[in-house]
Amino acid sequence: MNIHIPTPLRAYTGGAETVSVPGATVTEVFNNLTSQYPDLKQQLFNTEGKLRSFVNVYFNDEDLRYLPEKEATAVAATDELTIIPSIAGGTDAVSPCCSCCPSL
Amino acid sequence: MLHIDYANYEALRAHGEETYPHECCGVLLGKSDAEGNHVRQIVRAGNTRTDSAHNRYNIAPIELVKIQRQARGLGLDIVGFYHSHPDHPAQWSPTDFAEAHWFGCSYVITAVEKGKAAITNSFLLTGTSEEDKKFRDQPIEIAVAEQAQQ
Ligand SMILES: [Zn+2]
Repeated sequence: MNIHIPTPLRAYTGGAETVSVPGATVTEVFNNLTSQYPDLKQQLFNTEGKLRSFVNVYFNDEDLRYLPEKEATAVAATDELTIIPSIAGGTDAVSPCCSCCPSL
Repeated sequence: MLHIDYANYEALRAHGEETYPHECCGVLLGKSDAEGNHVRQIVRAGNTRTDSAHNRYNIAPIELVKIQRQARGLGLDIVGFYHSHPDHPAQWSPTDFAEAHWFGCSYVITAVEKGKAAITNSFLLTGTSEEDKKFRDQPIEIAVAEQAQQ
């Protein structure tokens, strides 16, 4: 399946915007992606192997976090994954930021 | 260096005046090379932080997915973002910094004072990780000459 890489992570895919990676589930695809491009691993995942909070992954037009089977979701060759870091900010330094919180 | 033509520069500043006293936000599409980021087109985004839109902005990830798709169709890349600071200086805030994850991209901030766009600054997010990232002041070069057709 095709995975679309955001601008800042293309440094780790040899500049490629779209990479094609095999796999039957999202987890398999991620494993193949990070074995093909090892430097992507720490950009996408924290030390516990979980997706970093500011890294959003879309399975076609669906947020992976909201899919019933999440990373275990079965994928077809025609599906697409899009990796998209979050964009947020503000002028108030006091309030905590919740933009990356899925409960919002 | 951030290279942008006058029309796009004025458009992103006008966006901040329109949404005042709330923050506006949008995406810069273009190309980057050794000389910096070149803006070819700006895309307005909806600020999803309706609860505290006067001092917060947030672009919904699905909107970003669609903008990235749009960029791909145009043969362009996301090279930066812009937002406004209503009645605040055109300097990045600790929240802006904590929430910045697009390395190599330009973060453009326009101060909007009492509804009028004032100073616009650009900051380049440098580094490779959350631990070593930094915002660097980035000069803006505004092309006033007519742009060639894309
Ligand atoms: Zn800001």
